[in-house]
Amino acid sequence: MFFWIIKRDLLLAIRRQSDVLTTLFFFVIVVSLFPLSVGPEMNLLRTMAPGVVWVAALLASMLSLGRMFANDYSDGTLEQMLVSPQSLSLLVLGKATAHWLVTGVPLVLMGPVLGIQYDLPTDALFVLTVALLLGTPVLSLIGAIGAALTLGLRGGGVLVSLLVLPLYIPVLIFGSGAVEANMSGIAFDAHLSLIGAFLLASIVFAPWAAAASLRVSLE
Amino acid sequence: MLQGVNLACVRGDRELFRDVSFSVAAGSLLQVRGPNGSGKTSLLRMLCGLSNPAAGEILWNGTSVRSRDGGYYADLTYIGHSSGTKDDLTALENLQISSALAGFEITAVQAVEALRRMGLKGREMLPVKVLSQGQRRRVVLARLLVCKTALWILDEPLVALDVSAVDLMRNLLEQHLQQGGMVVMTTHQEIEIAAAAISQLQLS
Repeated sequence: MFFWIIKRDLLLAIRRQSDVLTTLFFFVIVVSLFPLSVGPEMNLLRTMAPGVVWVAALLASMLSLGRMFANDYSDGTLEQMLVSPQSLSLLVLGKATAHWLVTGVPLVLMGPVLGIQYDLPTDALFVLTVALLLGTPVLSLIGAIGAALTLGLRGGGVLVSLLVLPLYIPVLIFGSGAVEANMSGIAFDAHLSLIGAFLLASIVFAPWAAAASLRVSLE
Repeated sequence: MLQGVNLACVRGDRELFRDVSFSVAAGSLLQVRGPNGSGKTSLLRMLCGLSNPAAGEILWNGTSVRSRDGGYYADLTYIGHSSGTKDDLTALENLQISSALAGFEITAVQAVEALRRMGLKGREMLPVKVLSQGQRRRVVLARLLVCKTALWILDEPLVALDVSAVDLMRNLLEQHLQQGGMVVMTTHQEIEIAAAAISQLQLS
């Protein structure tokens, strides 16, 4: 069932590509604006690169959160998920995975390419990619809770950012911290381990919390 | 057996109904009647566990449906007002996914067969957004052919259906009841169903 949900959401994303491309282009444009506006000062660019990439990834991932459950809610699929004999948490995990595959993976792939604009050394690019790979699923999973809580509310878009952004902060700090540590020549594996721990914790708790929120939102 | 015991429903500060009790045994149909806004859909959503009753209890074979461990959801097919279909997916994909969600994984061949029986021959591979209202409804109702559940909860299943589709639905309901199935449905249309036990629940 988990795979059916992923397959369905990927199929929908392929049929409606504009949603995927919006997120990716937003990320690319925001990251590219900084070198253009700051000017070609290599040292400055190198220092700000990890932060800029991570903030852009956060905002890009949040851009598509509203759509995570909204379409299923309006066409009644969500009701069917709630009356399904399958565990709702598992279905939510499937939806969050699909959201990551559609919005997170393109960011992971584009991250190192955009890092070149900031003159990041090769091994820093590698750390950036690994950090994004571990961190972006956390964004989708935590985002699922926010999306489920604000389902069907007016102005849900603003509310979801207020709810979710504070929870994104640890990922942001350790994600950019890993790259900065690598560039200043200190060990970065502690940062990555912490992001990995966030990932594991959110895989366990986020689907459960989002499923409970969905039940409340649909009542 | 599905039982409702002294159910009450409150929306905002308005009480829609109270002290509603009924039981649906194997092979019987319960038709919920009442004017618009009398709480028919609220009652059906309650029966599906989508909302909690303000008072009273819903029992499936003696266990409360709220506990989620009486196997209730494996026996239930709910078809509500909203279609639960995706406009961008084909009729075939929609049927396969919605039945998988209900716990019945079916092959493409089985799905095509069901859609043809619902009179959608040649429309299987079309995206649902190009189908008419009645055809969309048929895609949704095709799930009743492939999901072998005991209890059907149907909210206005006959809306937008033409005469031949209503006939088809009648046959389907009669067959289901003969096999010992249970149906709870609302409809404003008159439908003559030959079944041993038909009861009516009037909400005012």
